[in-house]
Amino acid sequence: MSIITATPEITYKVPRRRHPAMQFVATQPLGAASLVFIVMLFLAGVFADFVVPYDPLTLDYEAMLAAPSAEHWLGTDAFGRDVFSRIIFGARTALAVGLLSSFLGSTIGAAIGVASAHFGGRVDLAIQGFMDVLLSFPIIVLALAVVAMLGKRLVGGIDVNLILAIAIPMMPRVERVVRSSALAIREMAYIDAARAAGYGNMRIIFRHMAPNVVAPYLIMFTAFMAQAILLEASLSFLGLGVTEPTAAWGLMLSGTSQEFYSQAPWMIIFPGVAISLAVFSFNLFGDSLRDYLDPRLKV
Amino acid sequence: MSIVESRMDARPELSSRAGTTPALLEVENLHVHFVTSRGVVRAVEGISYTVNRGETVAIVGESGCGKSVSSLAIMQLLAKPAGRIVHGRILLEGRNLLDLTDEEMRKVRGRDISMIFQEPMSSLNPVLPIGLQIMEPLFIHLGMNEEEARARAVELLELVGITDAKRRLDQYPHQFSGGMRQRVMIAIALACNPKLIIADEPTTALDVTIQAQILELMKELSRRLGIALVLITHNLGIVARYADRVNVMYAANFIEKGTADEIFLKPAHPYTIGLMRSVPRLDEPRGRRLETIEGLPPDLLAPPVGCRFAPRCPHRIEKCARPIVLRDVGGGHLTACHRADEVVAGKLVTAPPPAPPRIVQPQAHVAPLLEVDRLRKYFHVKIAGGGLFSSETATIRAVEDLSLSIAPGETLGLVGESGCGKTTVGRLVLKLEEATAGAIRFNGIDITHRSLRGMRELRRRIQVIFQDPYSSLNPRMTVGEIIGEPLWVYRIVANATRRKERITELLNQVGLFPYMAERYPHELSGGQRQRVGIARALALEPNFIVCDEPVSALDVSIQGQIMNLLEDLQARLGLTYLFIAHDLAVVRHISDRVAVMYLGRLMELADRDELYRTPLHPYTRALLDAAPIPDPRVERARAPRALRGEIPSPLTPPSGCVFHTRCPLADDFCRREIPLVRELQPGHYVACHKA
Repeated sequence: MSIITATPEITYKVPRRRHPAMQFVATQPLGAASLVFIVMLFLAGVFADFVVPYDPLTLDYEAMLAAPSAEHWLGTDAFGRDVFSRIIFGARTALAVGLLSSFLGSTIGAAIGVASAHFGGRVDLAIQGFMDVLLSFPIIVLALAVVAMLGKRLVGGIDVNLILAIAIPMMPRVERVVRSSALAIREMAYIDAARAAGYGNMRIIFRHMAPNVVAPYLIMFTAFMAQAILLEASLSFLGLGVTEPTAAWGLMLSGTSQEFYSQAPWMIIFPGVAISLAVFSFNLFGDSLRDYLDPRLKV
Repeated sequence: MSIVESRMDARPELSSRAGTTPALLEVENLHVHFVTSRGVVRAVEGISYTVNRGETVAIVGESGCGKSVSSLAIMQLLAKPAGRIVHGRILLEGRNLLDLTDEEMRKVRGRDISMIFQEPMSSLNPVLPIGLQIMEPLFIHLGMNEEEARARAVELLELVGITDAKRRLDQYPHQFSGGMRQRVMIAIALACNPKLIIADEPTTALDVTIQAQILELMKELSRRLGIALVLITHNLGIVARYADRVNVMYAANFIEKGTADEIFLKPAHPYTIGLMRSVPRLDEPRGRRLETIEGLPPDLLAPPVGCRFAPRCPHRIEKCARPIVLRDVGGGHLTACHRADEVVAGKLVTAPPPAPPRIVQPQAHVAPLLEVDRLRKYFHVKIAGGGLFSSETATIRAVEDLSLSIAPGETLGLVGESGCGKTTVGRLVLKLEEATAGAIRFNGIDITHRSLRGMRELRRRIQVIFQDPYSSLNPRMTVGEIIGEPLWVYRIVANATRRKERITELLNQVGLFPYMAERYPHELSGGQRQRVGIARALALEPNFIVCDEPVSALDVSIQGQIMNLLEDLQARLGLTYLFIAHDLAVVRHISDRVAVMYLGRLMELADRDELYRTPLHPYTRALLDAAPIPDPRVERARAPRALRGEIPSPLTPPSGCVFHTRCPLADDFCRREIPLVRELQPGHYVACHKA
């Protein structure tokens, strides 16, 4: 006698093993769409000179407050400057400031976070105390304070102090998140193994711990891109960020546009849409990146 | 076709074994598949078994063999949507559970069949009082009111041996120890008087003495209340005492089925035999290598054709490439082996080779390599509930006045239950923790308070192998980088070429292939990862290695491989080991001398043979008594396990002898006076007033 254990004939639609990029597109369609938009924004910013129909700084008193038309796709402002061209050049400003400041803020924050978790004890306590102080200010207030204190310092057309002003309030936020991941990593046996092998602190922090907190770092980085763009726009709107005549989204909302917006609503609608879309897509991308990198959400 | 045939098989087995009453549970030709992005994992392929009323049936197998999946399938708790039952029937009292609606199935779960899981720490909800968790099934399934449910909950807690039940109902899971939580889990499982309890590795996470208590309790309750028990485990030892019938599972199939006596005394499958031989036993002579099952279990995405065990089988012949089914080798004892007749006749035996000779023979009179002198380690912890700004701390005495010495080339086994401080001792020796008091001398040099910088050279001499092969390797580094890093940091090799050669050499030394240097840890199996951990330790050319539970996270067949490797390396390289473990049989196999710890203190220290032959401390005796032996005759003849109670909290250790709360010999004097460690016979140290 025998028990036949023949496998029943069943065919499955087995999900094929895809390239990670394709996997991302398949599982996070919204994230992929926002990534496409972000890439477009970058290309527009980088190649702004070739994209725009008009120079963003040229005044044209013939065409002041012109409504959107075939000539001026998104209309013109009170000085006759082409809104579309200014938005494209504004993307350059927004991305440059956003990228640099969130990179700076997240990287410094992450490094401090990992180090704080690694040393623990009093060092950790002191660092966390300092971070608490920074965290107790609302982001915009802290950024305003930094700008007011440092003033303006242009290096290669970019206000370095503006970048610092945005990076500093972000740093403790990234630090907290990365530290909490690093605390879990610190308890792993491979860190003990590294200590038992007599490796130095720098090696343990940067070679052994840091690569293991790359996922939260990347997520915070993209999420703060959106925040940084918004912050740059806010500061510019308040007159503390980018100043005229440079094209910047926040700046386009302030100044003369406030007087004329009932007559020429395109002056504020389109820059507003640009800010919203940019922030929205960075946020969406950050969210989907988090979901994608979280192994618990993978089938 | 398969249904018909398997049904025809199920019948004779039933009628011959259980008489006329129908079986409680019949699993027939069950197939479970998981559809994953990597392909279809055929996790269970056509298993059939029956469970009669009041019977204990064990399903034994290594991790990944499908034993847990098969039981989750019965409960229909497979992870959705990946897991699906594609074929077969699961009959509970003649009713096919697979035909039930979700609603009907929910009534079966917890009511007719209940389940106990492995991890008592995570299977209770931490934010609900345990009383509520016991009462929940009573509300849901039996429609009891608050008062009735409460009364029943008290009754249940008393049934599972929890005293002061009324008060404890309102406590939360964190207020219970691991063993107590598992008792609570059993109480929940018993709540609605189920007909069947499925216990998935119920004692794996528990200490030996607690494990014995829980198993004893489950068996006793099953006998008294007539509840059938399906015991899923990887531990053959515990099965011998408690199971009526045993199903051995390998790579998604049963490969042997029979009564406990048949399986243990007349095993008819080379895998079963290998499984039993690769576990060191307390009742067998030592001095030889462990027999191992070489290789790894097959990948269920693409299992081998024919006998699935054939690639690892020492008796493999041509015929084994053909498919194999279970067949009778006498009296309902089934096995799936082409050479079953020869196996049963005892014609196929392999004898393990003797242990290799050591280049350094440990000698008692030479200066010790490592000396630990009245070592103490206290941890200060904040007391919970002490108010927001209170800085009140309590002291955990993790290690208290511990003295040991290890001779060059020797292996000292350090045994004890969880929380006894054995791991802390290892960490102190490695200088991962700073000692509170006492001295650690390595090669005559006091390293107790050496700075990090001062330790650097000594680090090369003292290395470590960790328990968990999953967390001990950095997931972001390749195997080559992990092993090569110390070579580079310490400038042990001259250049990149030499480094590569040395990595290859180290990989060969631990039985891995050179191409594995390119792999990341997650691409390796547990046993392979542990080998990488060993290679990393060897890279620094140490002469002393702290092995912190190096085999306890591994499957039995892999355990033997790693232990043999450790022995070989010791013999070849003249290494000295501090071998920390909770498994007495493992320690006995590998150690020259054994130290037993309890609550931070040394209880007994002696030569291995001496300790196991004539244990003098009641705690050592209790540990030996609680350790299961994979032989049903021996197990049934043993008295029920004596050691009662729980390990006290190290925050509030008992006065006098720390063991007095559980000691059968304790009297007033023991409660008052701390026993000193005395040398009762040459080399045999005991800390007991009564010894």
